[in-house]
Order: sequence, then structure tokens, then C-alpha cells
Amino acid sequence: MVPVKYMLMIYSSPESWAGLSAEQRDGLSRAHNELTQELREQGLLVSAAGLADPITSRTVSVRDDATTTTDGPYAEAKEHLAGFYVVECEDIDQAIGYAARMPDAEYLAVEVRPVMETSGLEM
Amino acid sequence: MKDFELLLREQTPQVLSALVRHYGHFDLAEEAVQEALLAAAQQWPDQGVPDNPRGWLIRVGSRRLMDLLRSESARRRREENAAQLATPEEFVASGPEIDDLGGQDDTLTLLFLCCHPALSPASQIALTLRAVGGLTTAQIAAAFLVPESTMAQRISRAKRGIKQAGSTFELPPEAERSERMSAVLHVLYLIFNEGYTASSGTALHSAELTSEAIRLVRAVRRLLPDDGEVAGLLALMLLTDARRAARTTSEGALVPLGEQDRSLWNKEAIVEGEALVSDALTHTRIGPYQVQAAIAAVHDTAERAEDTDWRQIVALYDVLEQLVDNPMVKLNHAVAVGMAVGPKEGLAVLEPLESDGRVTEHHRLEAVRAHLLEMAGDAAAARESYLLAARRTTSVPERDYLQSKADRLS
Repeated sequence: MVPVKYMLMIYSSPESWAGLSAEQRDGLSRAHNELTQELREQGLLVSAAGLADPITSRTVSVRDDATTTTDGPYAEAKEHLAGFYVVECEDIDQAIGYAARMPDAEYLAVEVRPVMETSGLEM
Repeated sequence: MKDFELLLREQTPQVLSALVRHYGHFDLAEEAVQEALLAAAQQWPDQGVPDNPRGWLIRVGSRRLMDLLRSESARRRREENAAQLATPEEFVASGPEIDDLGGQDDTLTLLFLCCHPALSPASQIALTLRAVGGLTTAQIAAAFLVPESTMAQRISRAKRGIKQAGSTFELPPEAERSERMSAVLHVLYLIFNEGYTASSGTALHSAELTSEAIRLVRAVRRLLPDDGEVAGLLALMLLTDARRAARTTSEGALVPLGEQDRSLWNKEAIVEGEALVSDALTHTRIGPYQVQAAIAAVHDTAERAEDTDWRQIVALYDVLEQLVDNPMVKLNHAVAVGMAVGPKEGLAVLEPLESDGRVTEHHRLEAVRAHLLEMAGDAAAARESYLLAARRTTSVPERDYLQSKADRLS
């Protein structure tokens, strides 16, 4: 199979973040630096970024041509998207392997989902 | 593609082979050839194509390779601080004027190297397109929708992988030859597929990948004219690509085989593909590419969809299933049985796949089930299956097609 792109979505929450020690926070940055470096050297990394705290979010909606914005994230959940990777993998198990190496998976969870392709086969 | 670009690409494997045979250092030689190609692309349009384009490329490539070897050995001396390391003069003692290999075509040796089993398929594809196909890293990155730096890393890593595997620029030993050949053909098949499946949104790059794959298989066939699977793969590509113009609408929506405007099919490619596959099936040992090409030929030679000889297609799938253990083959087999015999019989062919872990959650299993249920007149169940298939696919055009099938049944 030709490689598929997967998005690895890192979830966090104010509680899980507050519960981390200084060493754990350092370890988190170290683990992500190492992983990013490794994926880049292997030629697998498409993109990766950490996101600012959801306190900085604006949620936009348009109804009847009127745009309204509200402060904060759209989903009313305790957990929020804190960062992402887009990685090319042979299969989802390889992507799961990378997700499992993120300390975030230990503190909360990392979601792995294929990225849609613009190509397809006629049926 | 401009004429001189094709000329450059055709020269790529010859120029690279000449450098590697003379100097070794596949990784640096490959780099040097890319730079020679770039120089040619910049200079030839203004100054005209030289009388001996290959000689020109070899000369420019050798000079560049010597620069690379010099800086490489300087770097090593700095790093290891060891005076006993070879001086650049030793590397390049034989001077810049090296011969073209006088008709010897090393394309196959290069392909074996680029499709080395130590590399992942993604790396094999990238390296093949660059070292044998003469595409630039930027072009390959654009075709696979990844950043250029990512593709550059992938290619240098692939070259390191070959070096670490201790592979030399020789044909693999006879005992490994057929397995290694399958790997080469598979990589060419993947390149073709990547181009073929792309919809109109990326048509520019995709058409280039399919024609590149066909060009490379033609090159292999010139070297191995008696190999039935090489002929079969070329036939399969021609017979599949022949339908390109009809397989998507101008908006990029997929048109199923049965609904395609067959007047848009490329007759010339169909004639060539059909002749290739019938000749291979008659004169060589049968193999999976030949059988797949034969199936494509049955489709392509039916004047209207309703003229398709489904019984012959079923028979060919029976043969193919003996040759390969692939659940996707079984899925297509089920469709063919549905058309040749009836939907209930087709659904029966699907049954063993329900417990086949490789496809239980695959959207194509659900799509085929939906199609057969629709044929059987069970609109409600068919709709459910189309909707589930639409949710499972990771392809936008496939999702839209499956969704529209479900919509029509509500």
C-alpha cells in the first residue's frame, strides 16, 4: 500500500495539565522534540504543531449571513485539542505506535484518524 | 511535458549508471545527476540541446560528483581528523572524461537498487521516481502532497538504507532475481495507481505519475521482452489508463465502469494492451498481472456495458484467486459472480470475507455488499450498506459516490 496520512490529535485538559510536575512538563517537551526530529529524519512528517490554550479560542458561526463569535472552544468538554501531527504511515498500527510514544497518551489520550484523500477508485 | 524534459528523463538512468560504474558512491552520484539535469533544464532551452546530450550530462555530472566527493572527504577529515583517509585525488584519479557505456543499459540494475527490500514502499517509490525517472524532489513531493523537505529526507534516508544494506551496483544473484523483480514491478504498479486514483483536483501531477509508470515499464520491457509479467503489467496499465478520460466527470466525481462514456476510451491503448496480454498468456508462464490485464481487456473490449462477458471475467477471477491470496480479488470476484449469475450468488462469495480481518472493516466490502443488495432489490439494506461504506472510506470522491448511491435509494 502507498502510505496514508494520519492525524494524531493530542488531547489535554486543565486538570491533567495542572497535575503534571515540572519534570513531567520537561519530559513532555523532550519527548515531542525527539519524536518530531525522528519523524522529520525519516521523511514521514507532513506537519506538526502545538495549539495555544483554548482560553485564546474564538468560535465562529454564520447564520443568515450574520457572523457571530463566542469566546472559547466549540465543544463544551473538559478536554480540548492541544496539538497535532500529520504523519505518513504504512498503516494505522504504525500511527498508533507514534501516538503511544507521546506522554500525552499516558496523561490523557491521543486520537489517531486517517486524513481524507482527494483520490479514489471507480467502483 | 516539453520534449527536452522527456529527453532528460530518458537519459537519467544511463547517466547515473555511467557515474556509478565509474566512481561508485551511488548516493552522491545520484545527487550529482540531479544537479546535471537541473543545469541542462536551465541551459538547453536557451543554448539548444547539445549534439550528444548524454555525454554532456555525464560530463557535467562527473564534475559535480567530484566536487561532492571533495567536500565529503574534507568533511570526513575534519570529523575524524585522520590523515590516512583517501584524498579526493584518489577518488577521482581517473579524471572527468568518462565514457558512456556504449549501449549497455543499466536501468534494471538501478531499479533493483531503488526497490531494495530494506526500504519501505514509500522510500522505494520516491527513490525510483528520482533516480530512474529523473523527477525532481519538488515534483515528487507535489505528487504525494508532502512538503519538499519531507520528501528530500525520505530520499536521502532511502539512499542511506541501501548503503547500510551493503548493496552494490550489480544485478541481484539469480536465486533472488524473481523475488526482487516482483518488488520492482510492484513499485511501478504503486506509482501507476497513485497517479490513476487521483481525481481531477490533482490531475496535473497524477497524469504525470501514470505516464511515468508506463514509461518505466516500457523501459523494463525493452530489456526483458520475454517476461510475461512485465508484459502483463504494461498491458494492465494501458488497459486501465485507457479509461482515464471517462472515469471522472469534469467536477472530479467518479463514474462507475458500467456508466462510463466508452467513446472517450483510448482505443489505441486498448489495442496495444490487448495484444500484449494475449501474446503473454499464449507464450509465457501465467502470472497475476497478466490475469488482471486479461480482466481489464474483457471490460475494455465490450462495446456497451451490457455486452460485458461476465462469465469470462468470473473464470479469470477463479484463476487469479489461485495465484494470489488477496481479499480485494475476492471482492471483485463477488461483483463478477453477481453480474454473471445473480446477486444472491454474489453475496454468497462475500461470506468468507466477513471473518477475514483484512477487510471486515474495509469500505469496499460494504460497497460491494450494497451493490449486490441493490441488485437483489433490497433497497433498505442496500442503503444502509452504502451509508456505512461512505463513512468508512478515506477518499472524498468515493465518499461522494457512495453517498449519492444511498440518496438514490431513499
